Amino acid sequence: MERVARIAPSIGAAAAVILAVGLYLGLVAAPPDAVMGELQRIMYLHVPSIVTAYLAFTVVFCASMLYLWKRDLRFDAVAVSSAEIGVVFTGITLATGSIWGKPTWGVWWTWDARLTLTAILFTIYVGYLMLRAFAEDPRAAARYGAVLAIIGFLDIPLNHFAVYWWRTLHQPSSLLRAGGPSVARAMLVPLLVNMLGLMLLYAYFLVRRVQLERVRHRILEGRLRRGRRG
Amino acid sequence: MSAVGEVLRRTWAMTRKDVTVELRARERVNAMLFFAALVLFIFNFALGPDREKLREVAPGLLWLAFLFTGILGLGRSFQAERENDCFEELLLTPGDRESIYFGKLAGNVLFMVMAEALILPLFGILYNLDIWAQLPGLALVALLGTVGFSTIGTLLAAMTAHLRAREVMLPLLLFPLTVPVILGSVRATEAILSGSGLGEVGHWLKLLAGFDIIFLVVCPLAFEFVLEE
Repeated sequence: MERVARIAPSIGAAAAVILAVGLYLGLVAAPPDAVMGELQRIMYLHVPSIVTAYLAFTVVFCASMLYLWKRDLRFDAVAVSSAEIGVVFTGITLATGSIWGKPTWGVWWTWDARLTLTAILFTIYVGYLMLRAFAEDPRAAARYGAVLAIIGFLDIPLNHFAVYWWRTLHQPSSLLRAGGPSVARAMLVPLLVNMLGLMLLYAYFLVRRVQLERVRHRILEGRLRRGRRG
Repeated sequence: MSAVGEVLRRTWAMTRKDVTVELRARERVNAMLFFAALVLFIFNFALGPDREKLREVAPGLLWLAFLFTGILGLGRSFQAERENDCFEELLLTPGDRESIYFGKLAGNVLFMVMAEALILPLFGILYNLDIWAQLPGLALVALLGTVGFSTIGTLLAAMTAHLRAREVMLPLLLFPLTVPVILGSVRATEAILSGSGLGEVGHWLKLLAGFDIIFLVVCPLAFEFVLEE
């Protein structure tokens, strides 16, 4: 942990530099979209955010499994930290999507499959954070949180089917599709650079947030010990 | 065989205990049935008497009534143990914890189905829908949906029983996780009420059945971690 904490500033610096390059490439250097014009540039933030959010929730799932297996609160610290950051990135995705949707589709919000799915994801993990806030004992919070994170993660593919059969309006994914990405190279490069930048930013936040959580654990444990003695 | 028989026997003991307590105290089912009737009554004020409009939103309303009533019952499913400080005794039950889970689940499904058995005909009468011709299809969807809703519901009820603000937390956690059940049940009910056969709602039934199977396997495993003290 200490070793990771020591390289945290370098991770943060790398994230800042790469994001600066990516945003320059995306917002200035890349050509405007043929149909949507300058508006489409919001994609360079929108798409990397949701990819990073999914990464964060995958980390929550793995850390939760590890916690239930090893019973080491350090894994739980990773899970709760990653969930918090994932919620923030999901929020950014919803916000930028709304801003993009208003001029393109004419509405801030529509019950399209992908939007709905992202909103469900948001509610599941906000619920996760609330559950943790309401559990008093850190070990109980960790166990309940881990169980909820595992159920929630398994729920995602089911939600996916349900929502897609229900309706679809969103443009299909331009990155993950059979036959390779459908984005022009001039747009793909800034997209990927930003994605790397946001993931590094996520890693930086994660390390810092885990440090905070460890400090919180130590304070709580100290308080419990003193309470028992007194 | 004997291992499965043992789990079944313990599950039955747990369910019978809950049903006996319920028969004597009648705290849960009475509240659920009255609440269900009340919800149907309130919908009428929310939507007005326009028959056509009501017919359009009927499947959604029906399921809202089912789910609100169901969550009321789920919230009480570990109340007896919590209020009387019997969680330790519950944990002392011999055998695997999954029998406790399946027993509680069976009770929850039973109480919810009882409420649904009242809501469905009442709904048909109050909102002038012909449900009788479609009854087998509706019953199948209701059962699949109820089991799915209760699998995660029973697990979360055990979890939230120990929390502050448990009444608020259960719906907050349960509704987002059961979106596939809600969506599948409402769409299937809609199609069945509009007269299409079960074949046309096959994909929704498969989704509901898949959800049920996945969480019938995962929730009992997760339950062990929830009950641990």
